[in-house]
Amino acid sequence: MNSKSVNRVRSIFAHIVLILLSFLCLFFFYILIVNATRSHADLQKGFSALPGNYFFENLKSVANDGSFPMFRGILNSLIVSTCSAAICTYFSSLTAYGLYAYDFKLKKAAFTFIMAILVMPTQVTAMGFLRLVTNMGMYDSLLPLIIPSIASPAVFYFMYSYLQSSLPLALIEAARIDGSGEFRTFNQIVIPIMKPAIAVQAIFTFVGSWNNYFVPALIIQSKDKMTVPILVATLRGADYMSFDMGKIYMMIMVAIVPIIIAYLILSKYIIAGITLGGVKE
Amino acid sequence: MKKQVVAMVLTVVTATGLLAGCGNSASPNSDTDGAGEGKVINIYSWNDEFRTRVEAIYPEVEKTSTDGTVTTLKDGTEIHWIINPNQDGVYQQKLDEALLKQADAAPDDKVDIFLSETDYVYKYSDADAGVAMPLEELGIDPSKDLTDQYEFTKTTASDQNGVQRGSTWQCCPGLLVYRRDIAKDVFGTDDPEVIGEKVKDWDTLKGTAEELKAKGYYTFSSYADTFRLYGNSIEQPWVTTGESVVKVDQKIMDWINDSKEWLDAGYFDKTVKGQWNDDWNKAMSSSSKVFAFLLPAWGIDFTLNPNWDGEDGAWAVTNPPQEYNWGGSYIHAATGTDNPEHVKDIILALTANKDNLLKISKEYSDFTNTQSGMQEAATDDANFASDFLGGQNAYKYFAPVAENIKIAPLSAYDQGCVELIQNSFGDYLQDKIDFDKAKSNFETAIKERYPDITEVQWAE
Amino acid sequence: MNKKRKSISYGKWGYLFILPFFLCFFIFSFIPLLDTIRYSFFEYYRSGIKEIGPNFIGVENYKSLLESDMLKYAGNTLILWIIGFIPQVVVALVLACWFSDLRLKIHGKQFFKVVIYLPNLIMASAFAMLFFALFSTNGPINSILESIGFIKEPIDFLGSVLGTRSLVGLMNFLMWFGNTTIMLMAAIMAISNDIFEASEIDGCNSIKRFFYIILPLIRPILAYTLITSIIGGLQMFDVPQILTNGQGNPDRTSMTLIMFLNSHLKSKNYGMAGALSVYLFIVSGILCFIVYKMTNDNDPDGSKRAAKKKAKAEKRKG
Repeated sequence: MNSKSVNRVRSIFAHIVLILLSFLCLFFFYILIVNATRSHADLQKGFSALPGNYFFENLKSVANDGSFPMFRGILNSLIVSTCSAAICTYFSSLTAYGLYAYDFKLKKAAFTFIMAILVMPTQVTAMGFLRLVTNMGMYDSLLPLIIPSIASPAVFYFMYSYLQSSLPLALIEAARIDGSGEFRTFNQIVIPIMKPAIAVQAIFTFVGSWNNYFVPALIIQSKDKMTVPILVATLRGADYMSFDMGKIYMMIMVAIVPIIIAYLILSKYIIAGITLGGVKE
Repeated sequence: MKKQVVAMVLTVVTATGLLAGCGNSASPNSDTDGAGEGKVINIYSWNDEFRTRVEAIYPEVEKTSTDGTVTTLKDGTEIHWIINPNQDGVYQQKLDEALLKQADAAPDDKVDIFLSETDYVYKYSDADAGVAMPLEELGIDPSKDLTDQYEFTKTTASDQNGVQRGSTWQCCPGLLVYRRDIAKDVFGTDDPEVIGEKVKDWDTLKGTAEELKAKGYYTFSSYADTFRLYGNSIEQPWVTTGESVVKVDQKIMDWINDSKEWLDAGYFDKTVKGQWNDDWNKAMSSSSKVFAFLLPAWGIDFTLNPNWDGEDGAWAVTNPPQEYNWGGSYIHAATGTDNPEHVKDIILALTANKDNLLKISKEYSDFTNTQSGMQEAATDDANFASDFLGGQNAYKYFAPVAENIKIAPLSAYDQGCVELIQNSFGDYLQDKIDFDKAKSNFETAIKERYPDITEVQWAE
Repeated sequence: MNKKRKSISYGKWGYLFILPFFLCFFIFSFIPLLDTIRYSFFEYYRSGIKEIGPNFIGVENYKSLLESDMLKYAGNTLILWIIGFIPQVVVALVLACWFSDLRLKIHGKQFFKVVIYLPNLIMASAFAMLFFALFSTNGPINSILESIGFIKEPIDFLGSVLGTRSLVGLMNFLMWFGNTTIMLMAAIMAISNDIFEASEIDGCNSIKRFFYIILPLIRPILAYTLITSIIGGLQMFDVPQILTNGQGNPDRTSMTLIMFLNSHLKSKNYGMAGALSVYLFIVSGILCFIVYKMTNDNDPDGSKRAAKKKAKAEKRKG
């Protein structure tokens, strides 16, 4: 009885906190959306809680602007982010599994090595990276934005931790006894077990890649290969020549809408995956 | 164990070599040398401003692709527009990479024309750098072909030996733009002549500022607004060519001292810090208490106009307390261009043809680089009066300012010096740090930006 | 016979599985890294568009960095990170427990989960731009606060050290607490229900449940969060860069290490940028080594001791 009422109080408290936090999170998006529906002149008058009627005007000026091919940019970003998320999670799982399930001489060295490079800030290698990519003839192409995500130490570490907590080695032994090849074991037994972890990391990688500005700004040169963040920066970089904050807000909105849709679709899958999946010890 | 490492390294090296090989053989190797002009004109810029001007007046333009990246000329030559944002120095970074590779680039990949702004024009017109061709080598004789241009624009685009290496269609004399309603409230009139008399020099302006303050108005929005006026009248360059010492001119020290005095006296709006931010934008709106801004023609059209949320005709222009220039985009022919004839033609059409320039003035409100043309515009109220300024013809005020501008001695370090001095002393002006700390912050920042700077000398 | 051969050569599969990772790393990170390290010993920069160097100058770059304000920027980075990280991990832990506690009936769980993760989706630079506009002296936040009578004069958020740092912290918190919550929740959900059921039968209340069951069992994921957050903190760039326009105002108190690096990269000072990169690399290595050692302590009672040690270590650094 007592514990029930305690739970009730806790539940009310939890809801209050959650509502406050949600408000905090949504408030900024709300302002973004409101501002995207107002003209620059309206924005000058100060903040208003109510949306304006300039939504389609702003959308039109974003869509019709030839020097900022927004939809081409979204397509490029989708290609880069999807490919990155796919190969990053697959190869990270593969690497994690390789180090977790097998014994070999360099195992410990390899693991320590990855842990060491885990902390390497990407900016550190930026200038060497640009030189290398240019020499390899991949300057101004989308490939150098995708391929390096094969080696993502942070994702690897997550996968490794996940394997430790949810893949009993006995299961692999059992598969071997059943005559399953090593690759087949990985693809058909290990990958399904790792689904929740893969889903979580796929989102993180996708988002990270979608929002990445630093590397693409170095590599991409031509308009038809630009990704969304470069385009947003270009719009902003047009500084005093296009004084239209309404358009900028709309552009930010257009830039984040696809990712929100992708997230909403994937998030269901993740929550389901977490509740169902995972082999328990 | 060692063997494995060696094997791995070998694999990597081979792979890299293979990929590099692929890249090289895949790159197009079309040699158009000997066939006269190349087929592609590459133009580097930071926005589409130059493109719109070319489309508007260059007679050879056939059409531009819908995405704005390629303009085809009537003879089939294509102009490729390579636009990179100015933000974070991306434009200069990409341009520098391209210029450094210029000698090895295939003819159609070479930079043919690039643009620069007054703040960093000297970096590219420098004779030692040699990246911008002297106009004479192109076949343009500045003393014959460009006589109608304003003298200071020619000086700005010249190297240390006085050889002109760039040309502009734009000329950016600045004025004082003020709110008519505030003028009426405080001075009882909004007549530009009367107001002009009240702001004619710094001492008179100070008295006027006191009057404005008494009624609860600010004279200008912030100390950044007045910087250009002081910064344009420095007597020695920030860095003398061949030296590694930044010399902070007396005029800059004056700016710091005057700004401090003005800010403490309440002539500036304390909440506005610098330019190009939201507070600055808001200071241009109807709810603001700021009386005036110091802006060139493009500033009125692109900044003040969109930021103003009231009726047209609320603003007027008059003479500034001191002549100054703000901005300007220079066109340079890149050394090594494979299209010298086209480049020459474009530069002449855009910067030396009076009819073309007047057309730009009419369509885009630029104050253009033709002395005779601008004098005509100054008296031609029918064609050049502005609705935004309540029917006032701003050219009448711009033209005399343009004639009196003496451009400050330039150096390749101007952009960083101008930006960093305002930043470092912004903290001082707002009482965040003391004067000496601001000095040392500037010294740190400038050496960070320009590794070859060894010393900073302060006036006084 | 087939089986026998396989059991001998399993190790080979290990090498094969980790090969793509290492190959990719060596090409795209290791070679560039060597390049960076090499140049850290050279005087190599651009003056205008003239290239100076490369001239070998030994450890000059390292020396002059130590004499500069680098350590101050390291301190700034640490402070900015802590302001964001502490609330982030506390709130995330609490939320993760609430979400995974079946006795606690939370309505609209799915909604909350989706909402708290949202800020992470927006580009950091765009987010900072938004905050810059919202918290400007004449911006919406000030006008809202003034209209409800909370303040009389507008607050100069970005003009004060506390204001700027708090905003950076708030942004980092908002962007990452949802992310951390989801991650921790995934870990808690993976804990076998049997354990919880058994603990309930033993009369374990939710606080005990948290400290004796959940915390020890999710330690690997917590370590992961801590490590990624440290790396993220060390790399903090977009948010303070855009918020303070690259200057770390006021008085360079919100200048982070990567902003410092960026200003060297911007001025094309490859030598100095290289040396700074090497410092960063070493520091991050040490930090992670400490955390890694701490969290892999197998003695369950040792966890508290380690936590204390960590707190002490942080105090010393701050």
